[in-house]
Amino acid sequence: MGTIIWTTIGAILTLSVYSFLYKDNPFYKFAEHLVVGISAGYYLVIYYYNFIDPNVVTPVFQLRLGDQAIGFGSGAWWLALIPGLLGLLLYTRFFPKVAWVARWSLGIYVGGYAGLGLSPVMQARVIEQIGANALPLTSVTNVLIVVGLLGTLAYFFFSMKHKGILGVFARTGIVFLMVGFGASFGYTVMSRISLLIGRVSFLLHDWLHLV
Amino acid sequence: MLADRGLARVGRSGMGSVAVVTIAVALFLCAGVALAQQDGDIETAETMTEEVLQPLMPPTAVTAVDTPNDRGSSINVTWEHSPDSESGTLLGYSIYRSAHPETGFAFAGRVPFVQDNYRDSGIGDNEPTYYRVATVGLDGRESLSETFGPVEAFPQWFNGDRINVMVAVIIFVIAIVYFVNAARSGKDLFIRRLAGLDEMDNAVGRATEMGKPILYITGLSTISDVATIAGINILGEVAKKTAEYNTKLIVPCADPIVMAVEQEVVKEAYAKAGRPDAYSEDDVFYLTRSQFAYVAGVNGIMVRQRPATILYMGMFYAESLVLAETGASIGAIQIAGTDAVTQLPFFITSCDYTLIGEELYAASAYLSREPILLGGLKGQDTVKFIAGVLLIVAVVVATLAATGVIETNFMAPLFVTG
Repeated sequence: MGTIIWTTIGAILTLSVYSFLYKDNPFYKFAEHLVVGISAGYYLVIYYYNFIDPNVVTPVFQLRLGDQAIGFGSGAWWLALIPGLLGLLLYTRFFPKVAWVARWSLGIYVGGYAGLGLSPVMQARVIEQIGANALPLTSVTNVLIVVGLLGTLAYFFFSMKHKGILGVFARTGIVFLMVGFGASFGYTVMSRISLLIGRVSFLLHDWLHLV
Repeated sequence: MLADRGLARVGRSGMGSVAVVTIAVALFLCAGVALAQQDGDIETAETMTEEVLQPLMPPTAVTAVDTPNDRGSSINVTWEHSPDSESGTLLGYSIYRSAHPETGFAFAGRVPFVQDNYRDSGIGDNEPTYYRVATVGLDGRESLSETFGPVEAFPQWFNGDRINVMVAVIIFVIAIVYFVNAARSGKDLFIRRLAGLDEMDNAVGRATEMGKPILYITGLSTISDVATIAGINILGEVAKKTAEYNTKLIVPCADPIVMAVEQEVVKEAYAKAGRPDAYSEDDVFYLTRSQFAYVAGVNGIMVRQRPATILYMGMFYAESLVLAETGASIGAIQIAGTDAVTQLPFFITSCDYTLIGEELYAASAYLSREPILLGGLKGQDTVKFIAGVLLIVAVVVATLAATGVIETNFMAPLFVTG
């Protein structure tokens, strides 16, 4: 009985969302506000139990990091406390006189991520890409890969106008890009169709038992 | 027993003695053959048992060293294969470790018999450790090698396998510093025209003329994503314009940290434009982290507030097409920019202008002309130029090596990273 009720609720919400295809209406508004509200609340709980509790609350107050006990004032304890305090500083934004303090946390957060990202990006997206594409021009495939890569690099070169030989390469590059995008488009559309099939299957099979 | 009964029946039936003798001889012969076969089986089994019970030869030349270029807690154990490795009687090698050379060896791991090394991870740093490697037979028997040790795991400060990455980063940083200084000293740094960004002014102006808001979306990713940071940089420039034109700017966010940063950026932009009073914190708000709940919420905003201009600048996933289609359905002018390769096709088909990949990173420098952003863009171009030249040289060398003109592809190791 419970399954029927929940399946019916799911089906009604599914139809409510699809009603948007006609135009905005109260059913869609209800489904929209329901899913936005529930997901916001759900993620609040997820954030707390997955991030704040294991990384800040438990190490700082219960002196435990995972399964291991940590000492009060130890390196691990400080490493949990300091980011926690930086997180708390974000709330100074609610107090206009000290709102600027929140920028410290944001500065450390953004700067830290940008700095940490530099080396891996250089490794994975530059050096290893060059290595992987430095192919001998002994087959048509290899020639296409090398020409396509050089052309794409030329297209994303912003310091010169796309004229002359650079223009030729850039135009070649955009052709390769568009061919790639076209293939990606077709592939993704097919996967979206499968999502639609999943929903229709839910309505016709799980709910109405027609198929 | 059945044979006995048969013999009795034959006897009772009064068949001739020849037949009886023949059958008796046949039975005797059968029994002899069966006994002979049984003896043979016993002999074969005994032979096999002797073969299986042959002691396995342990691996030789066991060595263990700290794993190079790592963060510690790991030791590489290597050995030379046991002579039995090709006999088909081996299952693999078991690795044992101990803090003492003679006792206390605990199982650390097992590898197939074709492998001659093992990385022992998760051990303590700077703790003397001893290793023994055992040959493991198909029947589970083991034969232990000599003890090797002590050896200690310890972290390295420098990863020698990534010197090429370090050189590239240094070149990149030098290029950025040089161009930032050049821009600050007033040198005119050229950036080619970007069509989508030229339309940004028109898009903001259109919203102003129509008296409708501008919707700005930086996607679902976090602040750790370069595309999100680029999107936030562009948001600052757009916010300056909306402040100047007194146009409402709506920014729904999917990440709380991104929301905090975007609020700061928009607030600062309004202050720079001399309109701090026009900034409303409620216009930059948190919606939800859930992908399609976010889409539902943004779609609702689109159809109810009917923004004249929608800007998608950042990292997008499967929600891109749903958002862009809804935006197109309400007649908004749409400009998108992302480095999400799989989503670019959807933006290209449903938006008026699309910034492809790195054009998104270039956009903030292009719009603001700020020295730091210009320097960064020029630094990227420098790296791209060097990468292009290196690629051409590497391709030529690879072709010469493949066709036998030169012996080895000496460029290939330059691009290997650990």
